[in-house]
Amino acid sequence: MPSSDVIVIGGGPNGLAAATRLAQSGRRVTLVEAQPQVGGGAATTEFHTGYRTSALAHILQGPDARVASAMKLDAHGLRLSTPLTTAVPGIDPLTMQGTFGKVSGLAATDLAAWSELQERLTRFARLLAPMRQMTPPRPAAKAGNDLWNLGKLGLSLRSMGKVEFRELLRMLLINVADVLEDDLTDDRLMGLLAFDATLGAWAGPRSPNSLIVYLNRIAAGETLTLPMGGMGSVAAAMRKAAEAAGVTVLTGSPVDRIDMAADIVIGVTLANGENFAAGAVLSAICPRRTLETLVGPRYLDTGFIRRARAIKSRGGAAKLHLALTGAPHFPAADLTWRIVLAPSVNAVENAFNPVKYGEVPDAPVMEITFPTAHDPSLAPSGHHVLSAVVQFAPHAPKDRDAARAQMLQNTLNVLETAAPGLRPLIAHAEILMPYDIEDRFGMSGGSWHHGDLAVEQMLFLRPFAGVSQYNTPIPGLWLGGAGSHPGGGISGAAGWNAATQLLQGAKP
Amino acid sequence: MIARLHFNKHLLETPFYPRTAPLNKHSEWGAWSGHLSATGFGDTEMEYTAIRNGASVYDLCPMVKYRITGPDAVAYLDRLTVRNVAKLTPGGVHYTVWCDDAGKVLDDGTLFRHGPQDFLLCCQERHLPWLTDATLGFEVAVEEITETIAALSLQGPCTASVLSAAGWDVSSLRPFRMTKVPFDGTTLTISRTGFTGDLGYELWIGPAHALALWDHLFTAGAPWGIRPIGSDALNMARIEAGFLIAGMDFIPAEQALREDRVRSPFELGLDWLIDWNKDHFNGRRALIRERESRASQWSLVGLDIAGNVSAEGSLIYHAKQKEVGYITAALWSPTTKRNLAIAHLKRPYAAAKSDNLWVEIYALRELQYVKLMVPARITPRPFFTPARRRATPPGRF
Repeated sequence: MPSSDVIVIGGGPNGLAAATRLAQSGRRVTLVEAQPQVGGGAATTEFHTGYRTSALAHILQGPDARVASAMKLDAHGLRLSTPLTTAVPGIDPLTMQGTFGKVSGLAATDLAAWSELQERLTRFARLLAPMRQMTPPRPAAKAGNDLWNLGKLGLSLRSMGKVEFRELLRMLLINVADVLEDDLTDDRLMGLLAFDATLGAWAGPRSPNSLIVYLNRIAAGETLTLPMGGMGSVAAAMRKAAEAAGVTVLTGSPVDRIDMAADIVIGVTLANGENFAAGAVLSAICPRRTLETLVGPRYLDTGFIRRARAIKSRGGAAKLHLALTGAPHFPAADLTWRIVLAPSVNAVENAFNPVKYGEVPDAPVMEITFPTAHDPSLAPSGHHVLSAVVQFAPHAPKDRDAARAQMLQNTLNVLETAAPGLRPLIAHAEILMPYDIEDRFGMSGGSWHHGDLAVEQMLFLRPFAGVSQYNTPIPGLWLGGAGSHPGGGISGAAGWNAATQLLQGAKP
Repeated sequence: MIARLHFNKHLLETPFYPRTAPLNKHSEWGAWSGHLSATGFGDTEMEYTAIRNGASVYDLCPMVKYRITGPDAVAYLDRLTVRNVAKLTPGGVHYTVWCDDAGKVLDDGTLFRHGPQDFLLCCQERHLPWLTDATLGFEVAVEEITETIAALSLQGPCTASVLSAAGWDVSSLRPFRMTKVPFDGTTLTISRTGFTGDLGYELWIGPAHALALWDHLFTAGAPWGIRPIGSDALNMARIEAGFLIAGMDFIPAEQALREDRVRSPFELGLDWLIDWNKDHFNGRRALIRERESRASQWSLVGLDIAGNVSAEGSLIYHAKQKEVGYITAALWSPTTKRNLAIAHLKRPYAAAKSDNLWVEIYALRELQYVKLMVPARITPRPFFTPARRRATPPGRF
C-alpha cells in the first residue's frame, strides 16, 4: 500500500498550497484530485469548439502573498495581464483602477467624499488583512491562541486613534448600502461598489454585515489581473510548484472514504478501492462533504454532525460564457477592462431579492471580462470569449432547467442593452447556475466559498465552531479548504494556514 | 387527518386511570411527562411497606419509550449509548446512559432488546430530536411509542408468588431478562426489572388490555395484600436502592442553563457502564480527555448521616467551614434504619478528603426551622440490596 506522511484531498488552490507547504517542510505528501486535472475552481475549459475560458473564477485577486512567493508561481510559468481597469460603461462612463483605486468620471463633490471613504475602507481592510494569514483565535480559555500576532493586531487597531477605532466598530457589521448612501451620490459608483461588495456572497447590499465581506475581499488583494491561458494556468503553475517540492499528484482519483483505526486517521480509500496510508489527511474539499460523507457520522458525535449539516452554503452567482464571432462594442469601454453592469445600489438589491424566493431576477447585475483581449490564443483569430459572473442566481429553484433558461435570457437582455449588436455575434452560450457549479466543482450549494462567507460563518465560526483552527475532533484529520478561514477565492490562504497548523502539531 | 385534541387536557390520563382514580382517595396526583401520576394512595408508609414486604403496583405508563428498529439498530445504539449493546442478547435488558458531544449525561434509561433488530429504550426525558439526528448514516427507525404501551411495575418480595397465582410461571426468569406470555388475546411481556432494588417485575401490554391486566393482577394478588403505590413510596425505595432520577439527581445536559451543572458519567459514578473497547460512541473523545487529564470535578456518593432528620436539599461542608457539595435525595430509611442521602461532592472530598464531612440540615420543628450541623460519612450504594433481588428461582413468600 502506498504510504505518505500526509494525504491532501482536493487539488484546488488550497489543496495545492497546503500540499506544497507540507512538502517544503519535509513531509511526504500525496495529493488526490477527483477530476482529470487539478485546479478545482481554478480551471480553463473549452466550452465550445475552439473557444476556451476560465471555467469558474476568472479574475485573480491575490493570490496569498506567502503562497505566491513560496510557490514561485511566475517561475513555474504563470503569466498575468496588466492590472485591470474597471469600467461602468455608458454615455457617461466611469472607470476605476484595481479593486478600489482611483476613479475618473466623478463630479467634484463625490470625488472628495470618495477619496475619504476609499482611504478609510482601505485602512480598515489593510488592518484586518493580517487576520487572513492567522489561525482564527478561539474565544475560550487555554485555546492556544496566537497571542503575539493578536497583540500586534490589537496595537495596530489602537494606533488608528480613538475616532477611527470608533468608526471601525460602527462600520464593522454595517450593510454596505448604508455606508455608500451616507457619503456618496453617484449611482454609477455606488452601483459598482455595491456589486463588488456582494460579489460571491449570498447577500444584497442592504443585507446586514455586507461591508465586512467587502473588507475581507479588499484584504485579499488590491489589484485584479487575468491569468494568461485562463485560470487553469494558475492551477498548472501551482501543480508544477507542488511537484517541484516533492508532492505526488494523483488526478482522476476520487476519494471514497477516509480510513480510521482506533479513532485515528490512517489514510484514504479511493473510489476504485485503492488504499493509501498516511498519518494525516488534510481535506481541501467542502467541510460538510468531508465530515458527513468521507468520515461518516459513525465516527462523529451527533451534535457535531448537526453543526456540519447546518453550514449555510448558498451560491448566489452564475457563470456566463459566450463564444463571440467578433468584438462587441461597449460604449466607452475597452475589452481589456473589467466591465461592471450594476447601474445603482437598488439595481443590485433588486437583483438579489428574487433569489431569496428561489426565483430569477429580471435584470441581473454582472462583471464581464474578455480573456481573449489579453490572450487571443483562447479563441479563433478575431473571435472573442465573454466571461461573466452574473448575480444573483437562485441555488435551489423549483425547476432548474427553466431557471437556467430564464437566467440566460435575462442576462443576454441586459447585455444587449449595454452593448447593442452583441446578440448576433454569439456562436455559443453557456450559463452555469449555482447547482451546475455544485455538480461540476463539488461545491455545496454552488458556493465558491464552500459555505456562505458571512459574519456568522467567519473566523472562529468558520466552517463552524469547534473546527475553526483547521483541526477536527479526529486526530490526524485537518480541514484546509475554502470552507475554512479565510474562505475561498484563488488565494490558497486557507490551505497554507491549515498546513501551518498541521506542522505545528496542534492537538484537537 | 386525525384531530389531536389532547391539549384540551393539561394532563393526560393513563390507561389505568379508571382503576387508579377511585383508589386515590385523597386525590394525590402529580405530573409526569404530561400525564396524571399518583404521588400516593393515602398512606405512603403502607405503600412503602408493600414494596419491601408484600406486592406493590406502580403505574409506569408515562415513562418515555422509544422503539428502535432496523438492520443497524445495534450499531446505532452502540454509537448513541456508552454501554456495549452488542453484548445485550435478545430477551435482555440493561441500564445505560447517553452523553452529548462534551461527554455530559443527557439521560439514563433501560434498554430492552426484543429481537435482533428491535429495541425499546425507556427513559425519563424526551429525546426525539437527538435520537432522530443520531440516525444519520444508520439504517434504523426511531419512533416514540410512549402512549402505545401500558406498563405496570410489580415490586416486592411476594411478586413472583403473585405472578404464579396469576398463571404465569416466572421461576426461571433471571434478573434483567424478559419473557412473553399470552394474555387477554394478546401478548404480555414480563421483564424482571424495577426501580426498587427488590424482587420485582415490569409488565408491558397494549393499552386496550390495560384494565384486564390490572383486574387479573389484583385478583391474583389479593392474598398477598397487593396494593397500588404512588411516587412518594417508590422514591423511598429507589433511594434505598441508590438509583438516580434525571431532573432530580442530575440535570440532563440539554436542559442545563448553568455551565457547571452538567455531569459526566465519571461525575455520576456511572463510568463503569462505559465500554472503551467498542467503536466510537457519542462523547467518547471528550470522556477520554476527561479520564486522561483527570478533569472530573464531581463525585456522586452515598452518605450515611448522623441522627434521623432527612437531609433533603442540604449543603455539605468540609470541617463545618468549606462548602463542598449538596444532597439531591435523602430519607430516613425504614429498612436499613439509617439516615441516607445521595450527594454530589466536589473532588477530592469524595475520596482523599472525605473525612470530616458535615451536613447542614434545616429541620422544621413546629413551624420553626432549626439548623443542625451533623457529621456524615460516605457509604457504598446501593444502601439496601437483599439477596432476594437476584435469587433465581425467586423465593416464595
